[in-house]
Amino acid sequence: MYRYNDIDRRIVRERVAQFRDQTRRYLAGELTEDEFRPLRLQNGIYIQRHGPMFRIAIPYGHVSSKQLRMLARITRTYDRGVGHFSTRHNLQLNWVRLDQIPDILAELAKVDMHAIQTSGNCVRNTTIDPLAGVSAQEVADPRPWAEIVRQWSTLNPEFAYLPRKFKIAFSGGPDDGANVRMHDLGFQLVRDAGGELGFRVWVGGGLGRTPILGEVVRPFLPWRHLLTYAEAILRVYNLHGRRDNAFKARIKILVKALGIAEFARQVDAEWEFLKDSPSTLSEAEAGRIAAQFESPDYETLPRLDASFEFAKRRDREFAAWVAHNVHAHRVPGYAAATLSLKAPGRAPGDATAAQMELVADLAERFGFAEVRVAQTQNLVLPDVRLRDLFMLWQLLRDAELATPTVGRIADITACPGGDFCALANARSIPLAQAIQARFADLAVQDDIGELKLNISGCMNACGHHHVGHIGLLGVDKQGEEFYQITLGGAWGLEASLGSVIGPAVARDEVPATIARLVDNYRMCRRPHERFIDTFKRLGADSFRTAAYGAADNASNDYERETANG
Amino acid sequence: MAKIIKNRDIVEDRWTVLTLAANDTPQTVRLPFGPVLVPLSVWQARKEDLVRREWDQGTAFGVWLGPSDDPAAIAADLEDFSVVGVLFPKFTDGRGYSIATLLRTRYGYRGELRALGDIGRDQIHYLHRVGFDAYAIKEPELALASLDDFSEAYQAAANQPLPLFRRRASH
Ligand code: SF4
Repeated sequence: MYRYNDIDRRIVRERVAQFRDQTRRYLAGELTEDEFRPLRLQNGIYIQRHGPMFRIAIPYGHVSSKQLRMLARITRTYDRGVGHFSTRHNLQLNWVRLDQIPDILAELAKVDMHAIQTSGNCVRNTTIDPLAGVSAQEVADPRPWAEIVRQWSTLNPEFAYLPRKFKIAFSGGPDDGANVRMHDLGFQLVRDAGGELGFRVWVGGGLGRTPILGEVVRPFLPWRHLLTYAEAILRVYNLHGRRDNAFKARIKILVKALGIAEFARQVDAEWEFLKDSPSTLSEAEAGRIAAQFESPDYETLPRLDASFEFAKRRDREFAAWVAHNVHAHRVPGYAAATLSLKAPGRAPGDATAAQMELVADLAERFGFAEVRVAQTQNLVLPDVRLRDLFMLWQLLRDAELATPTVGRIADITACPGGDFCALANARSIPLAQAIQARFADLAVQDDIGELKLNISGCMNACGHHHVGHIGLLGVDKQGEEFYQITLGGAWGLEASLGSVIGPAVARDEVPATIARLVDNYRMCRRPHERFIDTFKRLGADSFRTAAYGAADNASNDYERETANG
Repeated sequence: MAKIIKNRDIVEDRWTVLTLAANDTPQTVRLPFGPVLVPLSVWQARKEDLVRREWDQGTAFGVWLGPSDDPAAIAADLEDFSVVGVLFPKFTDGRGYSIATLLRTRYGYRGELRALGDIGRDQIHYLHRVGFDAYAIKEPELALASLDDFSEAYQAAANQPLPLFRRRASH
């Protein structure tokens, strides 16, 4: 993991002091609401249903045991003992007091953490694949580059007041676990024909009201130009992105308006002047950062572990957990394990302070004191010895962290929705729980196989419903909670945006409607076809009929609704 | 007389910032007495007037750019100005940060670069970093204290062409 030096610490401490004074002035009436809003947003504070919502950065999803214990302490001391891990490597607290946030920031600073730029119209937290550095497939480790961009984007004076938020992702492998195409700017690590390391650069992706997948703006960017090229893109966006309409202000709208070729030309014209400037990365700097992510001291272990194999055979529950929640590791004798935050009856992504403390302990006992936060709202222990997995599983199971459903229909990704979020049209959490209850049987889930289900409470799409195989979007119909059903989304390398299949469905009807969709898949699938594959082969009609019946007399209603969407 | 921050001092300021009223045109607008910052359109329409006024009467002038003005439009004229202003109509409109960066780093402007408009102490540190050295700002005494809110920065900017990684002893 990256270790802070004195300068990193000083910058974070100075930020705490700055924000403490800003908060004091606001509370004393010296700053207006309008003046204070962008300042608090850039320190992670939204005003939500119950008061402030506070978003703490977990840069590229890496958190140490020590840091996680601090998060637990803060969750317990300043909130009600439950934190929410979001889809973007952040921890969100819903019950904090504004006047206490400077103190929370001071506590965070003690463990090299902060809430810098976790919100607001600026460069946000960088996202990466949770298996970065341990995946056997990756072209190169994305973490050093994410850290380099973290530093470059932190308090970058030119890009603090962008037209809109700006999200950057790095993916290290061919499978794109970071979903670069749904980010404003995505860097996919690749090697050119000569073996040189660089990035395929994607731009203009994003979900929300106008979902668009990113396009390639540069097929190959040698690694040393990472920062100057990013600067050129941000400058073109800062100067030319729309500022007259917040819904058209993301970079994707600019890229669409100009066309990717013209956008690329403008970026290149800007880059001309920046290329090879002092911000060009040096071998020394790349090496200095990469050294922080060097392999921990792995033991030399055999590829197979007899006790692990034996436990799998003896305990079917354990075997199910291994099949779903355990991932191959590049080092023999090790595995990565997903700690599910999707226990039935719990809000997806929520963890109690006690769970955080337990995970911190487990990361020390079964790893190198490091935990990852995944975009799927789960936690990951990246370096577990095979022989320890059985013991780990038993401890996780007792703490409701071993739900063996990763990648299954019950591994629902959901935004906080109407229970917490002031923007919501409908709630997400009770719906997620109802669907989990409907598909509680693990054998049924296994039979269904890989199925991503995502829920957003409004068209801001924080639950990424457009890229779920099944996506649910909350809409408000005369004060009632309804949900639009989107099918055909996918993420990662096969990314695609789903489309709405029919009229929105009342909340009580949703689980049964999904059951009909799933049954249709099970009826029609060919061997080895996943839900998404069958959907792509058959098209929407078959599923629409399954969901709504053959005589769909509500289709007019549906037309009207999408026209307003 | 208004007070502004200039090179870390609070000074009396006698400059007028000319804006065009609805019935003014760049060609006909009356130039006020004393040193004046004119909009880009007035500079483009009245170059000779302004230069002659300075030559004859010693009346200094400069130009100010709005957020949608392209700094390239004055790149060839920068030596003519005593002051270049950049207007922030709303502090959340960050285009002025890129405009200032371009004036300093690409077009090599060395003279006074003044931030105008809706700016306060919570912006001054970033303004300083992108190359401003004068600030027509609310509560200048308080703002002065925020100039150095941060003592170090990771990235290169107009006031520090080298990123932190090139300033570390080992590089
Ligand atoms: S998708 Fe809408 S309801 Fe859900 S968290 Fe985002 S803004 Fe709130």
